[in-house]
Amino acid sequence: MEVPILKQGAVLIATFQAALSDADLNQLRRSLVQQVVKHRSRGVIVDVTAMDVMDSFASRTLREIAHMIRLRGAETVIVGIQPEVAFAMVQLGLTLEGVAAALDLEEGLAYLIEKFKNAD
Amino acid sequence: MSDGEIRVAINSDQDIVVARQRGRALATDIGFSATDSTLIATAISELARNIVSYARKGEITLKTIHGSSRHGILVVASDDGPGIPDVLQAMRDGFSTSGSLGLGLPGVRRLMDEFQIASQPGRGTTVAVKKWKQ
Repeated sequence: MEVPILKQGAVLIATFQAALSDADLNQLRRSLVQQVVKHRSRGVIVDVTAMDVMDSFASRTLREIAHMIRLRGAETVIVGIQPEVAFAMVQLGLTLEGVAAALDLEEGLAYLIEKFKNAD
Repeated sequence: MSDGEIRVAINSDQDIVVARQRGRALATDIGFSATDSTLIATAISELARNIVSYARKGEITLKTIHGSSRHGILVVASDDGPGIPDVLQAMRDGFSTSGSLGLGLPGVRRLMDEFQIASQPGRGTTVAVKKWKQ
C-alpha cells in the first residue's frame, strides 16, 4: 500500500494508511527524499494518525527519514501519534529522538511555518 | 467466544502486518480495551519481526485463554531458525545481532503480563506471551 504524498507549497504531506509493511515504509523513505529534492521542499509532515502500530522498524524508519531530510536542509514533523500507540512505544522503549512531533496536521503546519520564519 | 487457535504463517514482512491485525481482532473480541489491543498488536509485530529477521520463517499462534476469573490472550511465536545462544543476553535492553534496535524481547516482555522463552542453538526459538484482561 503506497503512502500518498501531497505537495502544499514548500511542504510535503505524507499520510500513513492503517497498516504499512516494511516494504511500504522503505518505499515511503525513498519517495519522500526524492520529492524533497525534486520540489526543493523546506518541510515534511508525516501524518501517522491512521497507523495501527508503531513498532521498532517503523520508528527507526521515521527517524531515518527525518535525518535524511534534515541533511537536505528541510524539517520533518510527525503528527497524529495516537495515545495508545504512544503508550506502546514507551513500553517498548522506542523513541523518536531528534524528530519533532505535533498533535495534528494543523499544529504540524504551524510548527513548520514558525521554523521557516526563524530561518528567513 | 471461540477458543480456536489462529495460526499465521510468517514468511515475509507482509505477514507481520497480517499477524498483528489478526491479534488485534482477537484481543478486541476477548474484550481488551483499545489501548491493550494496541499493546498486544505491537508485541505481535515485534515477535513476528524477530522471526523474519533471524529465522526467515515461522509461525504465530493466537489463542483465547481462561484463568480462574479472567480471560486473556496467548501469543506463541515459534521458528526453526538458528536459535539464541545466550537468552539472558538477548533479554537485555540494547542487545541485537541483526543490526536492529535490539529492543525486541525486553520490550515485548514489558508490553505483556507473562513472558516465556525457550531457545536451542540450531533448533529454533519459541516465545510465549500472555496478557490478561484486567
